[in-house]
Amino acid sequence: MDQAILSNDFDASLARQRCMKYRRRILDVSQRVSALHIAPAFSCLEIVDCIYHALMRPAEAGRSIDSFLMSKGHGCMAQYAILEDVGVLARGELDRYCTASGLLGAHPDYGSPGIEAATGALGHGLAMALGMAIAERNRTKKGALLPVIYTVLSDGEMQEGSTWEALMLASSLGVSNLVAVIDNNDFQSLGRTSETHPTFYPLDEKLAAFGWEVVEMGGHDAEALYNAVTMREGRKPFVVVAKTVKGRGVQFMENVPIWHYRSPNPEEYRLAIANLAEVSS
Amino acid sequence: MRNMFAEVLYDLARQDERIHIVVADISPAGSMAKFREEFPHRFINVGVAEQSMIGICAGLALKGMRPFAYTIATFSLYRPFEMVRDDLCYQNLPVTVVGIGGGVIYSTLGGTHYAQEDIAVAGAIPNMSIIAPCDPAEAKMATQYVAKRPGGGPIYLRFGKAGEPNLTQKDSEPFVFGKLRYLRRGSDVCVLSYGVIMKMAAEIADGFAASGKSVSLISCHTLKPLDREGISEVLRRHKQVIVVEEHAPQGGLAPQTKQIAWDIGANCRIDCFTLKDEFVHCYGSHEDILAAHGLSAKRILQATM
Repeated sequence: MDQAILSNDFDASLARQRCMKYRRRILDVSQRVSALHIAPAFSCLEIVDCIYHALMRPAEAGRSIDSFLMSKGHGCMAQYAILEDVGVLARGELDRYCTASGLLGAHPDYGSPGIEAATGALGHGLAMALGMAIAERNRTKKGALLPVIYTVLSDGEMQEGSTWEALMLASSLGVSNLVAVIDNNDFQSLGRTSETHPTFYPLDEKLAAFGWEVVEMGGHDAEALYNAVTMREGRKPFVVVAKTVKGRGVQFMENVPIWHYRSPNPEEYRLAIANLAEVSS
Repeated sequence: MRNMFAEVLYDLARQDERIHIVVADISPAGSMAKFREEFPHRFINVGVAEQSMIGICAGLALKGMRPFAYTIATFSLYRPFEMVRDDLCYQNLPVTVVGIGGGVIYSTLGGTHYAQEDIAVAGAIPNMSIIAPCDPAEAKMATQYVAKRPGGGPIYLRFGKAGEPNLTQKDSEPFVFGKLRYLRRGSDVCVLSYGVIMKMAAEIADGFAASGKSVSLISCHTLKPLDREGISEVLRRHKQVIVVEEHAPQGGLAPQTKQIAWDIGANCRIDCFTLKDEFVHCYGSHEDILAAHGLSAKRILQATM
């Protein structure tokens, strides 16, 4: 399944407006269900927006030659909001989120519009993205554009051994059409990763040692992300360690673990909407 | 069996560019060298990284390829179990997971290398099909089927290792996915089996034939979906049915045969011989390990004749 795409131009101001709109939409959906992954979606929203709206190259019929796989499946509200915005998902579909009459659940499901692979269990996405990258490489004729596979990983799934298998393999197998962005919000269920698992860091050095071209940067500055990815050397698989804030955009949700999987009550919702601001870094 | 697989896959890969083989530092010898030399991009060695082996196969299949994952059965199915379940079965992708050395065939390597419950484990997952050929000839037909089928989901292909005798005779039936395959047809006794232990099943059939009985010998190569109609017919048409299985007592052919017998009210005699629900701590030949589980042609004949 190919993905829909709007355009290749990057306009930082438009991107900020879009992400503000997506945050509001996600908060709206949260009022229909008892729980959803708000904070993990807000954490990677600028990243996913940049991939869909700027990095993925358009092909015919509103599709892209590139693919996006959401490895951190619990961040899928970010993806759903964008897919709805670009018309891949019908608006009514997101309103039926997590209901028996709808298609969409709290993790992306293969077969749903615009979803490349079923994820949710952590540590699966990178190897699948790697397999997709190899398939594209093997079937692309010489001289033709080589499709790129984009994937967003959570920092939590960087603790899965399977992720490190795939990291080691991607470079060893000489794959260059794979771009991973790690949503490094430094939070997992039981606390800050830097406190619970301090040797998790430094990430960038580990990734470089595993043969990847690495950039570490702020994860809410979409323009900087766009520039970093488009200006990569491209001889190796490319990874961005994107330093993000879990729950970014709603102050009282930022860096507060409970918002990993909770819907705000009506009062909190009103406060969140009133509190929403454009995010630029 | 693995040499036959390598030869057949090479031939198929020449005709079909979608065929990839992803191995985890274990490779079928012989003809696989030809595959590797001729199609280096379609031969992917992930090293000792079975989770990635399955994940990469899923990614290849998501982009329209026909991948085969290949390593020792315990490592192709148990080590990356969640990848097999989520990436292949949940997404219902046309990936073949080849498990070499199903059962207790790695008889000197010990329990870590025994896939003695693989049919139950693989069979419990929705969308997964299971094929366990009994000899190289059947392995060839099964591999051709798997590679050429038009669509379909994941398949666990359980092989032996190398050097199995061909039990398939000239008048044996062709391989049909999901159907019992008669190696011999008779009317008194039926020996129902699959996989490498078919050699023992054939000896048991020989024993009954020598005593004047008319004997059927059947390869139930497709364990899932099981040929319920075919097994029902076996139970109706024979006076005695003997199931010989190199697998744990739960979740394999034996309990399912008894279940079908109950469902149809069969009145034949049924004897089932499986591996024990135990880890045996002994080393030796394949026959030695089977004997440690109570499986030998002599013992089964004594118990059933």
